[in-house]
Amino acid sequence: MTTLPTSTDRKLGLVIDLDTCVGCHACVISCKGWNTENYGAPLADEDPYGADPAGTFLNRVHSYEVQPETGATQLIHFPKSCLHCTDAPCVTVCPTGASYKRVEDGIVLVNESDCIGCGLCAWACPYGARELDAAEGVMKKCTLCVDRIYNAHLPEEDRVPACVRTCPAGARHFGDFADPESHVSRLTAERGGIDLMPEQETRPVNKYLPPRPKDRLQEQVDILAPLLAPVSEDSAGFFGWLDKALDRLPGAPSKDETR
Amino acid sequence: MHPAPSVILFTVMSGAGFGMLAFLGIGLPDVTGWVAFTFFAIAYVLAVGGLMASTFHLGHPERAIKAFSQWRTSWLSREGCCAVFTLLVMAVYGAGLVFLGTRWTALGFVGSFASVLTVFTTSMIYAQLRTVPRWHSPMTPALLLSLSLAGGALLTGQEKAAIALLVVAGAIQIMAWLKGDGALTASGSTLASATGLGTASTVRAFEPPHTGTNYLLNEFVHVVGRKHGLQLRVISFFLMIVLPIGMLLLPFSHLFAALAVLSHLAGTAVSRWLFFAEAEHVVGLYYGKRTT
Amino acid sequence: MPHTQPSLDLSPPVSDEIRKTTCYMCACRCGINVHIKDGKVAYIEGNRDHPVNKGVLCAKGSAGIMQHNAPSRLRRPLRRVGPRGSGEFQEISWDDALSIACGWLENIRHDAPEKLAFFTGRDQSQSFTSFWAQNYGTPNYAAHGGFCSVNMAAGGIYTMGGAFWEFGQPDWDHTRLFMLFGVAEDHDSNPIKMGLGKLKARGARVIGVNPIRSGYNAVADEWVGITPGTDGLFVLALIHCLIKAGKIDLDYLSRYTNAPVLLDQETGLFLRDDDGKPLVRDRRGGAVCAFDTPGIYPDLNASHDGHRTVFQHMAERYLSPEHAPEAVAAQCGIPAERIRAIAAELARVAFDEAFEIACEWTDFRGETHSSMTGRPVSMHAMRGVSAHSNGFQTCRALHVLQILLGTVEVPGGFRFKPPYPKPAEAHPTPHCWARPDAPLDGPHLGFVRGPEDLALKPDGSPARIDKAFTWENPMSAHGLMHMVISNAHAGDPYRIDTLFLYMANMSWNSSMNSGGVMEMLTDTDENGDYVIPHIIYSDAYSSEMVAYADLILPDTTYLERHDCISLLDRPICEADAAADAIRWPVVQPDRDVRGFQTALIQLANRMKLPGFTNDDRSPKWKDYADYIVSHERRPGIGPLAGFRGDGSQSGRGEVNPEQLDRYIENGGFFVNHIPEGAQYYKPWNTAYQEWAVGMGLFDSPQPYLFQLYVEPMRKFQRAAEGDGERQPPDHLRQRIIQTMDPFPIWYPPFEDANVDPDDFPVHALTQRPMAMYHSWGSQNAWLRQLHGHNPLYLPTRLWRQHGFRDGDWARVTSAHGSIVVPVAHHGGLNENTIWTWNAIGKRKGAWALSEDAPEATRGFLLNHLIHELQPPKGDGLRWSNSDPITGQAAWFDLRVKIEKVAAPDECAPAFPPLRSPVGQGPAELTWKVGK
Ligand SMILES: Nc1nc2c(c(=O)[nH]1)N[C@H]1C(S)=C(S)[C@@H](COP(=O)(O)OP(=O)(O)OC[C@H]3O[C@@H](n4cnc5c(=O)[nH]c(N)nc54)[C@H](O)[C@@H]3O)O[C@H]1N2
Ligand SMILES: Nc1nc2c(c(=O)[nH]1)N[C@H]1C(S)=C(S)[C@@H](COP(=O)(O)OP(=O)(O)OC[C@H]3O[C@@H](n4cnc5c(=O)[nH]c(N)nc54)[C@H](O)[C@@H]3O)O[C@H]1N2
Ligand code: SF4
Ligand code: SF4
Ligand code: SF4
Ligand code: SF4
Ligand code: SF4
Ligand SMILES: [Mo]
Repeated sequence: MTTLPTSTDRKLGLVIDLDTCVGCHACVISCKGWNTENYGAPLADEDPYGADPAGTFLNRVHSYEVQPETGATQLIHFPKSCLHCTDAPCVTVCPTGASYKRVEDGIVLVNESDCIGCGLCAWACPYGARELDAAEGVMKKCTLCVDRIYNAHLPEEDRVPACVRTCPAGARHFGDFADPESHVSRLTAERGGIDLMPEQETRPVNKYLPPRPKDRLQEQVDILAPLLAPVSEDSAGFFGWLDKALDRLPGAPSKDETR
Repeated sequence: MHPAPSVILFTVMSGAGFGMLAFLGIGLPDVTGWVAFTFFAIAYVLAVGGLMASTFHLGHPERAIKAFSQWRTSWLSREGCCAVFTLLVMAVYGAGLVFLGTRWTALGFVGSFASVLTVFTTSMIYAQLRTVPRWHSPMTPALLLSLSLAGGALLTGQEKAAIALLVVAGAIQIMAWLKGDGALTASGSTLASATGLGTASTVRAFEPPHTGTNYLLNEFVHVVGRKHGLQLRVISFFLMIVLPIGMLLLPFSHLFAALAVLSHLAGTAVSRWLFFAEAEHVVGLYYGKRTT
Repeated sequence: MPHTQPSLDLSPPVSDEIRKTTCYMCACRCGINVHIKDGKVAYIEGNRDHPVNKGVLCAKGSAGIMQHNAPSRLRRPLRRVGPRGSGEFQEISWDDALSIACGWLENIRHDAPEKLAFFTGRDQSQSFTSFWAQNYGTPNYAAHGGFCSVNMAAGGIYTMGGAFWEFGQPDWDHTRLFMLFGVAEDHDSNPIKMGLGKLKARGARVIGVNPIRSGYNAVADEWVGITPGTDGLFVLALIHCLIKAGKIDLDYLSRYTNAPVLLDQETGLFLRDDDGKPLVRDRRGGAVCAFDTPGIYPDLNASHDGHRTVFQHMAERYLSPEHAPEAVAAQCGIPAERIRAIAAELARVAFDEAFEIACEWTDFRGETHSSMTGRPVSMHAMRGVSAHSNGFQTCRALHVLQILLGTVEVPGGFRFKPPYPKPAEAHPTPHCWARPDAPLDGPHLGFVRGPEDLALKPDGSPARIDKAFTWENPMSAHGLMHMVISNAHAGDPYRIDTLFLYMANMSWNSSMNSGGVMEMLTDTDENGDYVIPHIIYSDAYSSEMVAYADLILPDTTYLERHDCISLLDRPICEADAAADAIRWPVVQPDRDVRGFQTALIQLANRMKLPGFTNDDRSPKWKDYADYIVSHERRPGIGPLAGFRGDGSQSGRGEVNPEQLDRYIENGGFFVNHIPEGAQYYKPWNTAYQEWAVGMGLFDSPQPYLFQLYVEPMRKFQRAAEGDGERQPPDHLRQRIIQTMDPFPIWYPPFEDANVDPDDFPVHALTQRPMAMYHSWGSQNAWLRQLHGHNPLYLPTRLWRQHGFRDGDWARVTSAHGSIVVPVAHHGGLNENTIWTWNAIGKRKGAWALSEDAPEATRGFLLNHLIHELQPPKGDGLRWSNSDPITGQAAWFDLRVKIEKVAAPDECAPAFPPLRSPVGQGPAELTWKVGK
């Protein structure tokens, strides 16, 4: 049903830490693996061993270079999957009701048996989070691993999205944004989590933590200066200092013990 | 956006077809019997053919019936409902004209209004998309409606109306192009807003997420060269507006009328190709394929 | 309007069964849960209990399902029918394959076993393959370490008895400043990512020293875009600043390193007592005594009869102005101020942020300490440092920096993983005495203590085909895989009969000068016979190398065989635990393939090799699983440390026939945690040493000192100066004296002298993509979509200078060759450096890909630009492109020039397509094994 729920009980989603993501694509492939075998049709690959391989993926890792005003160019790895928007335009455009937002937790899903593969929802999504599967002709998107997070066949600790469970760097966090005390809410507050393309007024649930400032050790600022004050200018002086320093060591022999 | 032939065909044909029905519904021209049959047949071939074409790009056309269910929120669903409603109403109305020689005026007006509404719903499928700033504008319904009516007028032989509507459509087309060219910039969406990193001039796409291609790139990241685009605009405008008006201004002849129609439809198809091909979906920002 | 939604099954069954084994998509060896549906592999995830990955899994690991099912898998043994290099084969039976192999091998063994060269690539069973080679009797065995990162291993072990690689790790839980040199990915793939994640979560800081800012270096808080090959200069400048400011851990240096050891002023060797123990002077009593005398406090500032301490020599050396930041800044491409700022930051964190862990421990001199001092600075380095011809010394410099700060084996610093720490003296020395029909006199590889340990024949010529352990590269602890084919082809030092390779793609991405190697492999003599008469190769997939072998022994995939990740080998331990693991057939092969190790056992049994044969001439083991369980290296010590004896013994114990079942029940691995008080200061910590003996890592405690000064190097220098009986050839004397300094030094990479840097002004590098493993990834339908081709990345300066635009191509030329490739712009890049992803380029026809695959048309290798030899110097000698100390392949010395060219149809050089022995993959993939 393409009417958006006026509110959802929970707001499940991801926090993605751009300061931590090393761009390893682990989340991309574990997502592919889980969702090929689970929810709905397999994620197909066309021409998989040929000249123009093109497959369906629900999560992709971009990378961007940012040139600060001064200093070296920075590189940011940027994973992107469905943001499970509060005002999800992909849902309201869907003519069949295949796209919907769950009232329990806000997860945006496609009911594949209702989908006619018109592609309009993908047109409506600003983030490129939906891909039409070439083999099955239905729309595919991140399910927030709805078939994992409540799955009683999985041990409790594994009831998180496949991409979160696998992320080696711990750059992906899963939780309930409706709860201000949740891990994801607190991270978002502490690190200034942001929305992507706020001007699109989709009100994404997923948040991105911006990279921390970089390259600040440029010169020996005043507080660091004393750290490198020479103990002496020549080696004779250095060995004089050494003798005294050795005597001062806590584990070293006391004066009367020595010689 | 990828200019899919099925969608171009669909919007051009059904636009003209419903345009025709709009005129036929209000009795322009006031025809019955076999003449009416011919007019209605042409209109239905265009409208239904267009709708059929639109199903070519569906992954599951056999489920198309489901598309009528979400008229409360979805313009695509509304369009489907409207189209079917219009076609049914106009079928009854047409049957009256063809077989009974009777004109059920009220029904005709309803059908005519529904035809216009159908074209409007079609246009709203595009105009509603904030993701495509070029389309997200009242210009889109204005353009599609004016072209549909102009085409309808041409096809139903309403010369005066046709000239007037072509002039209006031409004006709207030029405005749509001009406004459209600045729409992405005006939308405020940039690689910087898309990523939340830096300012527009300082963020640059580095490696794409895959070296291979994907659905998004094929569907949304079509880019037309500036020069190429301008040439096509000129060609389209000439065929769609200038030439038909020229033909209509000449003393009437069936040949010229037919040429005017063909030229207009060809020009509209080019315009529609540009409508898609020049439309910048904001997702292209993520791929570094939009420079604003 | 009411909101309605379909009802969903939120708890669908996930799989029928989970089988836990070990990943082999790279050498990191994470634990995996293989979900099985209908007997097939349905999904692979990380094993949460596993010590290496603790549940996470990288892209390659998750894509294992596509590797396991790749159309490129070999199906049956193959015998070459067309010319070498054509790819024309006939499928034969295993019986025929083993007979053919035995025919060749037995002849050689009766005649001259050194005529077999057996080299293994990404081998995870080196303790077994070397055991096989030793029992066969050839001296010519090594794995791939020589072209990989032997500088790192040897530099670490000679300096501190342990190395980076996956042999140690930062104390991720305590470190506050982590400095990473020249790493894109490394073997410890997941642990490094997990570690970085921990640092980030705590707000600890990372300094990335790398010409290229990507991956780990992109998330680093500080990026130091150093000029390639100059890390040694940079590190010695940091050392200069720290010594000058007295910001070094004098207590640590006194107690745990050879800094207080007295150097004989005549010879530069250690003063030693009658037992050969190095001497120090006790600062307490003043006595000159063995370094490990209980109760002493060695004096850093001592002198004795004019003999001074290592530390005094060292301080004098590094205080000299040539090591000042100002003197090196331009060459390193790092402003002097920034070098100072980094030195100051190291000092600040090491000393001002020092902390104590209340944990009592007793050192090897018998002194009990009430706590452990944490110095939360840690470092890690890999091939960016080691794959240069000055890499060994740079690596040493780096360890010396760590040691001066007192950050090795302390809380917050760098920690060893068992069986390390293990000093060079605790390792074997190399053995090379080959006799007909007899095993070798000992293990092939080891750590030389001096010229006496070199692998030379009585006439002084190299005993090994790769010339390892010769005057050209005396400390080549891992051999020189990259020289084997070249030397065998040249008949230098001698000719061989059979080249036997295992999982090394030597005709392509793992060789330097790939085109030249193809020619050497196919070259014929005046009789029309191949110069290298026989080539046997084991691969699991249709790689480029397959086409160049005469006989192919097809391996299984990693999910179909037994394997053993052994403490005798490259283990998977953690800093506070010993661990090992197995692989087992979680699914059965659907092809006529055999685990290579089993094939080796079957060959050994046919040849009745000693070591594999009982006294009654019956075979000891029928297959590898049998060997893993039943073999004993020393009584009670076998390939697997866990569940020995009755299943409750760890480390030492009788053979337990049910050992593999116990491993499987335990999730495929075994872990034994180091007791709390033994977890740090391991080289000197009595409790650790005792635990290690109990685990069978050593037979007696082996405490030792860190070697700021490496005495064996001095011995080689002395030989080059004319001392001793074994003398280097004259043309090498000067080089040995210069490069084998017992203190870390820096000298320019050889390439800088071999070519004119003005003609070839640009450094060219490769990096590992995190989502691909060498050549393997391209056969993987999922991974190849991530990296299907590889642009050459250019820094902004070169991009602008040559007027490049997106979509342009360039010709890149080195002293050795040229390639034509697509380019792209990378801002975060040292301005004199270009780079590309490693091993993406593929030969047409390989890997079951179509001939127009992007890997073959727009993917390329830098290897065509790199030669295994330095350019001829006009002296008629073949100088290998390697580190002069260890023989490490100097991949990253490469210098090139670049020019813009019109876009061609495909990259150059292009080679004719290979005939695929396995056909090509399907046109569409919708993989789902469940209903
Ligand atoms: N995903 C994946 N993981 C792998 C592998 C793989 O193929 N794929 N291969 C495995 C193998 S065999 C190995 S040996 C390891 C190697 O792992 P790494 O040591 O990470 O090796 P490379 O990827 O070659 O990266 C070398 C890095 O050194 C930098 N570098 C080059 N020259 C210099 C220099 O002079 N100074 C400094 N500071 N940096 C420099 C390069 O920019 C690059 O970032 O990875 C292992 N892990
Ligand atoms: N330009 C450049 N070249 C480099 C490097 C670089 O940094 N730059 N790095 C060098 C380094 S450090 C290394 S280690 C080498 C690595 O180079 P290689 O050791 O050649 O590594 P791979 O390409 O992984 O090739 C190993 C072969 O093993 C096969 N294989 C895979 N799985 C199995 C299996 O289960 N059984 C068997 N029998 N075979 C299997 C694969 O099909 C492949 O043919 O490359 C070197 N080459
Ligand atoms: S798995 Fe984690 S670190 Fe790797 S790309 Fe995804 S988010 Fe980034
Ligand atoms: S990210 Fe796209 S697909 Fe996901 S909810 Fe928002 S609009 Fe819909
Ligand atoms: S593609 Fe499917 S889910 Fe998307 S709008 Fe069309 S019917 Fe709805
Ligand atoms: S939540 Fe699940 S479906 Fe969504 S990106 Fe992660 S793994 Fe893929
Ligand atoms: S790092 Fe990745 S490929 Fe390597 S063993 Fe671990 S999961 Fe497998
Ligand atoms: Mo390697």
